[in-house]
Amino acid sequence: MLEKLAPAIAANRFGLGARPGELATIGGDGRDWLRMQLTGPPPRVDDGALQASSEILEEALDLRREIRAARLSAADSETGDALLKVPQLLRPVYIKEVTARFRQAVTTDRPFLERLTQFWTNHFAVSVDKSLLLGLAGSLEREAIRPNMLGNFGDLLLAVESHPAMLLYLDNHLSVGPSSKAARNIERRHAERKIGINENLAREILELHTLGVGGGYSQTDVTTFAEVLTGWSIGGERGRRPQGEPGKFMFRAEIHEPGAKTVVGKRYPDTGYDQGVSVLHDLATHPSTARFIATKLARHFIADDPPGKAIDRIAQAYLASRGHLPTVYGALVECPEAWIEPLTKYKTPTDYIVSSFRGLQIPVDTGHAAVAPFELLGQRIYGPGSPAGWPDRSADWDGASALMKRIEWADAVGQRTGNWRNATELAPQLLGATLTDGTRTAINRAASGAQALTLLLASPEFMRR
Amino acid sequence: MKRREFLACGASAATIGALLTSRLSFANTAATGRSRFVFVILRGALDGLAAVPPYGDRDYVSLRRDLALPANNLLPLDGLFGLHPSLAFLKDSFAARELIVFHAIASPYRERSHFDGQDVLENGYLRAHATQSGWLNRALAALPVGRGADKELGVALGQNIPLVLRGPAAVTSWSPSTLAALDDDTLQRITDLYAGDPLLAKRLADALAADAIAASPMSGGEADDAAGQDKMAVQIKLGKLKGARYTEVIHAAAEFLRREDGPNIAVFDTTGWDTHANEGGAQGQLAGRLSALDSGLRSLKEQLGPVWSDTAVLLVTEFGRTAAINGTHGTDHGTAAAAFLVGGAVRGGKVIADWPGLANRALYQGRDLMPTSDLRSVFKGVLQEHLLVPARALDKTVFPDSGTAKALSGLVRT
Repeated sequence: MLEKLAPAIAANRFGLGARPGELATIGGDGRDWLRMQLTGPPPRVDDGALQASSEILEEALDLRREIRAARLSAADSETGDALLKVPQLLRPVYIKEVTARFRQAVTTDRPFLERLTQFWTNHFAVSVDKSLLLGLAGSLEREAIRPNMLGNFGDLLLAVESHPAMLLYLDNHLSVGPSSKAARNIERRHAERKIGINENLAREILELHTLGVGGGYSQTDVTTFAEVLTGWSIGGERGRRPQGEPGKFMFRAEIHEPGAKTVVGKRYPDTGYDQGVSVLHDLATHPSTARFIATKLARHFIADDPPGKAIDRIAQAYLASRGHLPTVYGALVECPEAWIEPLTKYKTPTDYIVSSFRGLQIPVDTGHAAVAPFELLGQRIYGPGSPAGWPDRSADWDGASALMKRIEWADAVGQRTGNWRNATELAPQLLGATLTDGTRTAINRAASGAQALTLLLASPEFMRR
Repeated sequence: MKRREFLACGASAATIGALLTSRLSFANTAATGRSRFVFVILRGALDGLAAVPPYGDRDYVSLRRDLALPANNLLPLDGLFGLHPSLAFLKDSFAARELIVFHAIASPYRERSHFDGQDVLENGYLRAHATQSGWLNRALAALPVGRGADKELGVALGQNIPLVLRGPAAVTSWSPSTLAALDDDTLQRITDLYAGDPLLAKRLADALAADAIAASPMSGGEADDAAGQDKMAVQIKLGKLKGARYTEVIHAAAEFLRREDGPNIAVFDTTGWDTHANEGGAQGQLAGRLSALDSGLRSLKEQLGPVWSDTAVLLVTEFGRTAAINGTHGTDHGTAAAAFLVGGAVRGGKVIADWPGLANRALYQGRDLMPTSDLRSVFKGVLQEHLLVPARALDKTVFPDSGTAKALSGLVRT
């Protein structure tokens, strides 16, 4: 039984859904196929047309400055239009980023890594509800997550937290140490102005990126860590005389809160930028972080309520390797619990769309059409709406209305591809040993090729992974 | 100002104290008309001190600095509290005695994680992740048979069901679709295909039932054609769930609640309340959100028509924000917040708040508004008197370990 199911579990649960022929390539075990994907440099997304975050940000910030200047001089009606200019500038960037990522997911022959990329992007979630993130969310994934996903978690963490997308999303570029040189200067001149820290980034690093809620930190740790992170900012933005390289990470010593700080029980001398790096380094190898990440991986890959043994195994691998990610992924693949029961996870809308495109070998559209299905089915790419990212349990995605939309979308896909894809041939290639007699019979008896495809995509086994 | 000055518009502390009676018998209260309940979750932690500024508190201006609203630029409710100038409909409702404002109120959650805070707000337990069901669903499940336990009473306006409405009682979700409907034959085949899959079979049946309600002409006076066209207009508008999202979701809520055979309870949520930076004062980021929310509520009232008088809408958030503004003209995660109960069924025109004050020593952990009342008291009061959920069930299955949170009585007209 296990042998028979292994290819379908490897392709559909660990990968992004089988492409025709993929199950045969995987062969008996499934684990080897996954382990092979972990060797070699991480895949780059085809970024010929994609800009660096610093370029995008520089343009957007220039535009915003123009708008501010215009707002000082113009009437209200004009500024209303001006406010829309930033999203107008960045929406095409967003579409290009999503298209490239979507195409990569549909065509890659290392789908395990692509799923892991999506996992980390969701772990370090930013959201395009903040309009600047329309331009930056994709670059966070390309510049900080992809290059580090096969390295150490500590490097991944540092790359993400110092990326302009994260600093802007969680407001850290504005956070000023109350005893910093800049704050004292300002308060001397404007006694009424309050200058201080913003604790958003510090809190979410502790709660969502490393230790997890209940991982052993207090409100005092949040506040102190926020002080440590003051000065982690972006070049070009602040003040009348822009400093640093516009749009790139910059440590601004003049707004950094001076002094040694104690965070989660350890004292860090004031070494400026390195103080924050040291805290992140220690958080990355903390046992709570190991457990938190092991739990999230197990939930994503095994079951909504993952077995404790699997969490233990992954957490131990994490601690023993000090967060060496290929070792952690290897331990995940080794968990016997992942290979026993198929179809334990209800697909998210993204999983559903990507696996449909892979299975039916549909070419990814360009322009708005590439992003539309995700918006339609309720999971706008890079738009989870909160720094916690998208939830990862069945109950969060299996609503009645959500199911109906999936079926209606599957029907539209079936109509579109019915003449050149054969559901009877595809079903065993996509679902392997998880294909049931009921679904096979329904497909065989369908009234048309299009309807057969709709039934394949709507089948209970294709709804899950 | 005294630490425990008990405030309520037009009522003495003694009469408000009487609201805190725990048990009343409703055996004789005939369920005339059908009570409608709308539950709105403001995700992200609404700044209660901005939405309902305590402008009469001597520490308010010094804490809020340039975000403080001057007395001449807010909508006063009494000598202490006002409403943000964007909340014109709520102010009208207060004057019409259809709004109760709660302040310095919180769930039992005392940490500052949005996600755990929302979990506690919705699960009805003391701890996050204590259960996979929500208190509103368990309340529906506790209704006696014949009072609706046999049919779907709740609808979530969104593709999926939020935790508060998940659980043993049958509920559904509905959201507008821009996709073409399936032909009957394909639909029948999919229904057959799901026969062996209890979850998908149930979800599909629920979706079809909800679509049937949403797609059929309104019950009531209108001519079918006109209602159908009206409906089409709604569908088209709803297809673009972007700008004025609240208004449009509320439009759909009204469609469900107006129908005789529709659900009694609608739940939806809104996001964007997490104002860490550049929150704004009378104008700005938060003002825009509040204004959209307020006009959505006005539109709900208009569209519900006569049903408004049977309706109570409760708006809550997971926790409040810091009493002082932070270094970036915003506010960080806090503790106590404000909440609103509005509707024709509400016995309103009052602020219910055991106001702790904003002096430094009165703040929770020296930084947040101190919680002095428990949101579960409001939930219980509404469930008991408005939806006639038995008090026994409220204490036992709906809100376990809620002995300290007595049901607030007199929130709705009975």
